[in-house]
Amino acid sequence: MKRFLVPLGIFLVLSVFLAVGLKLDPREVPSPLIDKPAPPFQLAQLRDPGKTLGPGDLKGKVWIFNVWASWCVACLQEHPLLVELSRQNLVPIYGLNYKDGRDNALKWLDTHGNPYTLSAMDADGRVGIDYGVYGVPETYVIDKNGVIRFKQIGPVTPKVLEEKILPLVRKLQG
Amino acid sequence: MIPELGQFALIIALCIALVQGVLPIVGAARGDVAWMNLARPAAQGQFVFVAIAFGCLAYSFVTNDFSVLNVVNNSNSSLPWYYRFAATWGSHEGSLLLWVLMLTTWMVAVTLFSRHLPLEMVSRILGVMALISVGFLLFMLLTSNPFERLLPAAPDGRDLNPLLQDPGMVIHPPMLYMGYVGFSVAFAFAVAALLGGQLDATWARWSRPWTTMAWVFLTIGIALGSGWAYYELGWGGWWFWDPVENASFMPWLLGTALIHSLAVTEKRGGFKVWTVLLAIMTFSLSLLGTFLVRSGVLTSVHAFATDPARGVFILAFLVVVIGASLTLFAWRAPKVGLGGRFDFVSRESALLANNLFLIVAAASVLLGTLYPLFLDALGLGKISVGPPYFDSVFVPLMAPAIFLMGVGPLAKWKRAELPDLAHRLKWALVVALVTALLLPFTMGKWTPMIAFGLLLALWVAISGVVNLWQRVSQLRTSNGLGTGAQLRGLPRGYYGMLLAHAGVAVFIAGVTLVKGYEVEKDVRMRAGDTVEVGGYTFRLDGFVQVPGPNYEATRGLVSVLKNGERVGTMFPEKRLYRVQQMPMTEAAIDPGFTRDLYVSLGEPVGNDAWVVRIYHKPFVDWIWGGAFLMALGGVLAITDRRYRLARKEEREVSAAASVVIA
Repeated sequence: MKRFLVPLGIFLVLSVFLAVGLKLDPREVPSPLIDKPAPPFQLAQLRDPGKTLGPGDLKGKVWIFNVWASWCVACLQEHPLLVELSRQNLVPIYGLNYKDGRDNALKWLDTHGNPYTLSAMDADGRVGIDYGVYGVPETYVIDKNGVIRFKQIGPVTPKVLEEKILPLVRKLQG
Repeated sequence: MIPELGQFALIIALCIALVQGVLPIVGAARGDVAWMNLARPAAQGQFVFVAIAFGCLAYSFVTNDFSVLNVVNNSNSSLPWYYRFAATWGSHEGSLLLWVLMLTTWMVAVTLFSRHLPLEMVSRILGVMALISVGFLLFMLLTSNPFERLLPAAPDGRDLNPLLQDPGMVIHPPMLYMGYVGFSVAFAFAVAALLGGQLDATWARWSRPWTTMAWVFLTIGIALGSGWAYYELGWGGWWFWDPVENASFMPWLLGTALIHSLAVTEKRGGFKVWTVLLAIMTFSLSLLGTFLVRSGVLTSVHAFATDPARGVFILAFLVVVIGASLTLFAWRAPKVGLGGRFDFVSRESALLANNLFLIVAAASVLLGTLYPLFLDALGLGKISVGPPYFDSVFVPLMAPAIFLMGVGPLAKWKRAELPDLAHRLKWALVVALVTALLLPFTMGKWTPMIAFGLLLALWVAISGVVNLWQRVSQLRTSNGLGTGAQLRGLPRGYYGMLLAHAGVAVFIAGVTLVKGYEVEKDVRMRAGDTVEVGGYTFRLDGFVQVPGPNYEATRGLVSVLKNGERVGTMFPEKRLYRVQQMPMTEAAIDPGFTRDLYVSLGEPVGNDAWVVRIYHKPFVDWIWGGAFLMALGGVLAITDRRYRLARKEEREVSAAASVVIA
């Protein structure tokens, strides 16, 4: 009799795990950078290569940091959302133009609209490595002390913007 | 109006299912013929109402009724009508409705082809199936109503996921579901047999064609899904060990084991307990697959929009169905006697060993699929288990099983002699070994994996030929007829087995050759550039913009040259679907018996240059060819004379009986 109960036992253990699994979100990849200071950099600006941009220049304000490229098709998906957000003047968006050419990048911004206060050029992708960029686009929320508070891998969706990014920005702006 | 009608039809179907799930089973326990007789008409009625509901939903999709939330979320007025129709099962809700439609279709099939079954048995089978149906109908009506209204209506829909706008996707889910759901028949047979305490060779004989049929559908469904991934995702891969693929593959592995185990139960009366357990597990894994896809516990490219309430419901349902059937198993199985004895070297042993390999393989796939969940649940961190795990576990498990595939069919039931087997198979082994060792040299590259893969494929193929030849020559000496007459006289079930096994050989050959010899090049190309891949020259001539019904496409024009002569033009596309603004890769494939040429557009990289992926894939189509041969073998086995004879005898007996009564 006992050995015939084995399948039932295995199944019950399995269902306990499944029940616990229901409460977890597999999509939530914890970034080691959350609550860490944004890695410093000083890169040439996209439109004005003579000037530079870095997180140090932005201390004291809450800002959104968006990794983008003109070759990135998924960036087009979130782009209208970013343009709309920049129009509302709620929070400045700074861009990291990732592994891209200056001409292509500028042309892309002219065609699709420029939501960025400024963009920095990361032509060889070094800064991208410091930020642990998995793929483009990625978006970070950085607080007044230069600490990364949120990271979105992949395009920003209206839902993420409304439910996560904007409430967080409001809270951080105090 | 139409959507309300559909919803109403679902409610009626639920009521019928409740009646069908309770009265016939109670009737069977009490011996009440009137209650048992309810099962058949109830099943047919349930089918009619579910079909009405499905028709209503399809109608809402085809006529662009954007006051239905489901239509708004998964369709668009510029979508071609056939994709609007297919969008009926493109969403979570719609696919559930398809699931139930399939379930009731199988029920009707049971009512039609069960005249030879005792009434108690039919009542229990249909009752169990109805209880499953109750669960799914409740799930739909409580958490996932496909007919939910959106008021005020939307001006237009958000479009069907562009990934699903493809002919393969139109037929892949129905085939897959026919397979998944088809195992519910074998499950219901097993539970009915446990309830009635009637686990014998006849039970196995009844279950066999149903199980094989479901397995055929599942085989085709998985093959279609894999083919779709190959040409639609643009990476040239055909299997990714994605959790959802695994969810369909595990029932397939167990279903394969079940088919073989049923053969032993039918022919030799053995493995009864084992077979029943397999039938329960096969369907349980189908249900588990449904849970994994829809509850959001795992990440996957296939996952539907998730909602915690749904996950809780399916899990509860899973626990009730599987828990109850396994409890019934634990209670009843000890009373089932053992089958006939058999020696260590015998066909039974070979089949049992094969069964074990298949089950361990399924268990290892299950472990790999759920491992991230286990770790996460225990708070040990997040990981993902990828193809390296599955490849390194699966291949070593399957290799001995494939070896046994050559031996088993030649071994005698009950007791076989090892020297005799060795004598009969030695030439097959020698020929396979020599060919496998030498063939790779003629193809330009020799690696142990290629030789090993070819050895397995050749071994299965040649031992099949040896099997046929020996059977014919044995018969010829016993009855003296010519070879042609012998070949015609062999049962279809036997040919089905040979063909399905040959399909495995073709499949292994395809996988081995494509893994061993494929050439993949990702290159940056501008108009006029050429690249050499696998003996062909590909020249990018330029791009044109092509408007589609609901997308804009950039189409590359790629000339293919061999030895300076033009052999064809290929048209890979990058599409941007208007509504969801989602880019899609449409690979251009030039299929062939011995190779596929595969060109797909990656990303534009500036200055009119694109990353272009150009692959030369030798024998890749053998992968799906093998799968379809397996399915065809299953079809041959179902049409075996002995099943038709059994039915005919029954009809004659019942006709005679009615004459007597009259």
